[in-house]
Amino acid sequence: MSLYLSIAIIVLIFVVIFQIAKASEYVSILKGEEASRKQNNKINGFLMVVFLVLGFVGVYVCNEMLFSKTFLAREASSVQGEKVDQMLWITLIITGIVFIITQFLLFWFAYKYQENENRKVYFFAHSTKLELIWTAIPAITLTVLVVFGLRNWFYFTGDAPKEAMVVEVTGKQFGWIFRYPGKDAVFGKKYYKNIDPATNSVGIVWEDTYAQDDILTEQTMYVVKGKPVKLIIGSRDVVHDVGLTHFRLKMDAVPGIPTTMWFTPKFTTKEMREKTGNPNFTYEISCDQMCGNGHYSMKGVVEVVDQEEYDMWLAKQKPQYYTAFPDKDPEAAKAAATVAKDSTAKAATAKM
Amino acid sequence: MSHEAALHAHESHGHDDHGHHEHHDTFLTKYVFSQDHKMIAKQFLITGMVWAVLGGLMSVLFRLQLGYPEASFPWLESILGKWAKGGQITPEAYYALVTTHGTVLVFFVLTAGLSGTFANFLIPLQIGARDMASPFMNMLSYWFFFAASIVMLSSMFVETGPFSGGWTAYPPLSALGDASPGSKTGMDLWIIAMALFVVSSLLGGLNYIATILNMRTKGMSMTRLPLTIWALFFTAVLGVLSFPVLLSGFILLIFDRNFGTSFYLSDIYVNGVGALSNEGGSAILFQHLFWFLGHPEVYIILLPAMGMVSEIMSVNSRKPIFGYMAMLGSLFAIAVLAFLVWAHHMFVTGLNPFLGSVFVLLTLLIAVPSAIKVFNWLTTLWRGNIRFTPAMLFAIGFVSLFISGGLTGIWLGNAALDIHLHDSYFVIAHFHIVMGVASMFGMFAGVYHWFPKMYGRYLNNSLGYMHFWVTLAGAYLIFWPMHYEGLAGMPRRYYDFSIWESFKQFAELNRFISTVAMIVFAVQILFLLNFFYSIFKGRKVTTLNPWQANTLEWTTPINPGHGNWPGEIPEVHRWPYDYGKDGVDFTPQTTPVGEHESSH
Repeated sequence: MSLYLSIAIIVLIFVVIFQIAKASEYVSILKGEEASRKQNNKINGFLMVVFLVLGFVGVYVCNEMLFSKTFLAREASSVQGEKVDQMLWITLIITGIVFIITQFLLFWFAYKYQENENRKVYFFAHSTKLELIWTAIPAITLTVLVVFGLRNWFYFTGDAPKEAMVVEVTGKQFGWIFRYPGKDAVFGKKYYKNIDPATNSVGIVWEDTYAQDDILTEQTMYVVKGKPVKLIIGSRDVVHDVGLTHFRLKMDAVPGIPTTMWFTPKFTTKEMREKTGNPNFTYEISCDQMCGNGHYSMKGVVEVVDQEEYDMWLAKQKPQYYTAFPDKDPEAAKAAATVAKDSTAKAATAKM
Repeated sequence: MSHEAALHAHESHGHDDHGHHEHHDTFLTKYVFSQDHKMIAKQFLITGMVWAVLGGLMSVLFRLQLGYPEASFPWLESILGKWAKGGQITPEAYYALVTTHGTVLVFFVLTAGLSGTFANFLIPLQIGARDMASPFMNMLSYWFFFAASIVMLSSMFVETGPFSGGWTAYPPLSALGDASPGSKTGMDLWIIAMALFVVSSLLGGLNYIATILNMRTKGMSMTRLPLTIWALFFTAVLGVLSFPVLLSGFILLIFDRNFGTSFYLSDIYVNGVGALSNEGGSAILFQHLFWFLGHPEVYIILLPAMGMVSEIMSVNSRKPIFGYMAMLGSLFAIAVLAFLVWAHHMFVTGLNPFLGSVFVLLTLLIAVPSAIKVFNWLTTLWRGNIRFTPAMLFAIGFVSLFISGGLTGIWLGNAALDIHLHDSYFVIAHFHIVMGVASMFGMFAGVYHWFPKMYGRYLNNSLGYMHFWVTLAGAYLIFWPMHYEGLAGMPRRYYDFSIWESFKQFAELNRFISTVAMIVFAVQILFLLNFFYSIFKGRKVTTLNPWQANTLEWTTPINPGHGNWPGEIPEVHRWPYDYGKDGVDFTPQTTPVGEHESSH
């Protein structure tokens, strides 16, 4: 009912506006074309200045309300992010100056040069000097931005330091899988046809001996504060994107084509909770490439901890190999051994 | 040479189309299967407007979800059925709406609706030709567009829903029906519609190029063409060179979808289905093919708006466009660079960093011709005598939006920043302002300016002013705050932000944006009413040249028939921008150069 009512009200408003507009058209015909054009010029010329002033006030108000929510107001959580922020500021200042000058001139000229029967227009068709000036200035400014940008770009996309820890990230509809290389620091081979959602979510080739100590976790990735981490990124199904917004970086996850990205976290999750005053703060991994109907819920977490805590966490992790083959697990075997010695042996031979 | 062409065109029309029109024009040949470029232009315009309303309505619906994610609107369920269970738009429906909104606005409204309308309408009228080089091909161009529209529309009524993987249609998502229900039948229809659309734009584009090059009237040298025509010319060239690449990309996609090839597919395990047999393809290949069109497409949308804005600004400032040759040169530079920057959409795909750096350089280079255009428009206004017609207001609005959106392009074109801002709301704000709303403003400017020529009547001025001010303020209110959301990392194409600690802080802002979006949409309906009302009841045009402009279209009768000029096609003696020259308010192109006249 309320729907019909609101539709009726909207229609009514439309009709009223339309009738007023029609009436004003008749009035302008009565007044004569010249007179009504003059009036329209005056009103719209005035509105140009109003828009200019209100526009700048609006930009200021918007900034007051929203700036503190953006990252420009907060320190980046990675060494790379600091450089991104620095570049954001430089670009903001340069484009900001151009924005203010050009918008001011546009609306001011529109106001100042509104039609006036006493003014003779200045026939000004071209000026090579002026045109050269406003070709050269943007060209020089942009060169500065390009040089700055490319230095950072090559730093971001360059090789990770040798001491970096390595984590493999795999996107799937709709979640994240992380693989750690284990004690040998080498990832075992993988092949997508080996994927088994229950025990082998990334398709590890178990025959590869490097694979047998690989650790798999889902949704939460642990990394160490101050230690560079290199991500080897892939996808199981469609294109995803590892969006690390607090670290100011992102990289696509493409099936069949591994990509990489590295960064150095600066603050632990705990430190960030104190810094932001938000006890629920987490470093969220957002999927930033449309990946299907669950795209918006594809959330992961980066847990930044110090080395000690990381070592404790790692010690608790069991290689995925033992989840896939519980009978190979030395601990499980020990436990089983006390119950029934031969059944373990039998199962093991059967599996092999 | 152009004189002969014009004569020839005149003769051939005398034999078929022109004579045809005068003797036995049925409703079908006049309004439906018309070969008159002016009627075809109107067909493009009105079809484009229908799509603009549908596309706009879609954005209102998904803004409803973003603004009020927890609310339930029972009336939605009665309209959308299972797509809005319990009065709330489902994620499936949300993504379908977002995807269709993008596709429709980019291709059907701002490509077909914009250059389809104004290339058809203005090229023959402003160069002094009786019609297009091939009126029949021109008619086909519209009907292929119509067919594309019908197929696209029908995709919205299939059981599994329309395509929902984003307008860029990246595989594997778009290739695998098992990965998303929208990639089933809906995607097949989407590709067919797009293929028909490509054919339409090629037929149109070839015709525009041939007409501009061969059918100019006597005296109309290339450097005497109005800037609208130059812009439409470059637009057509861009389209003809890049749309076939898109089509080839789609054809490979069809093969992958239906015939088991692996152009784009490799190493895929789909939940609930298992591992696919495809190996060795590259999902990134599609992105290269797509953006090889996708980026020039941005300029296919923008250039016609730039051309019309240049013309309208000069006419209403009563002053020549400043730096005609520089404007021309910058159009040319933009058109060339448009082909060399496509990978800036792909900085985070794992692109070779060196290749990336080349694309950064070329991308930021585009800012130079863009800056030249802006400064030239500003100088055109300077010391002019400005008449604020609604068309002029929209032209000024275009420049304002082009500045605002163009400057954020400098942020995004720099790969090191893009790696942070990519696919965030910052991108949404950037391209909606610079390409979406700005081009829309160009289109509105064109409609207000040439409506008297199209229908022999004026649009209602007061409604025009209202339309402009609300839309300009609304556009900024909607898209300006989105920059801040993007700077806080908020990703685009999210159905709901409530589970995200980092992004849910913007819930209130999202509600505000959605509310403004609805108001702006309502005002566009007001424009539609104005448009259709004025076609039949608007104030009649009584003078040949209501804006006191120099270009040739205003030398035709108020309601030109098929063939445009009843007698000889006028001869051109000068460029179109002699406003205020030697103290004379305006000197039409048809006026011979006086003996003592100064040169410009």
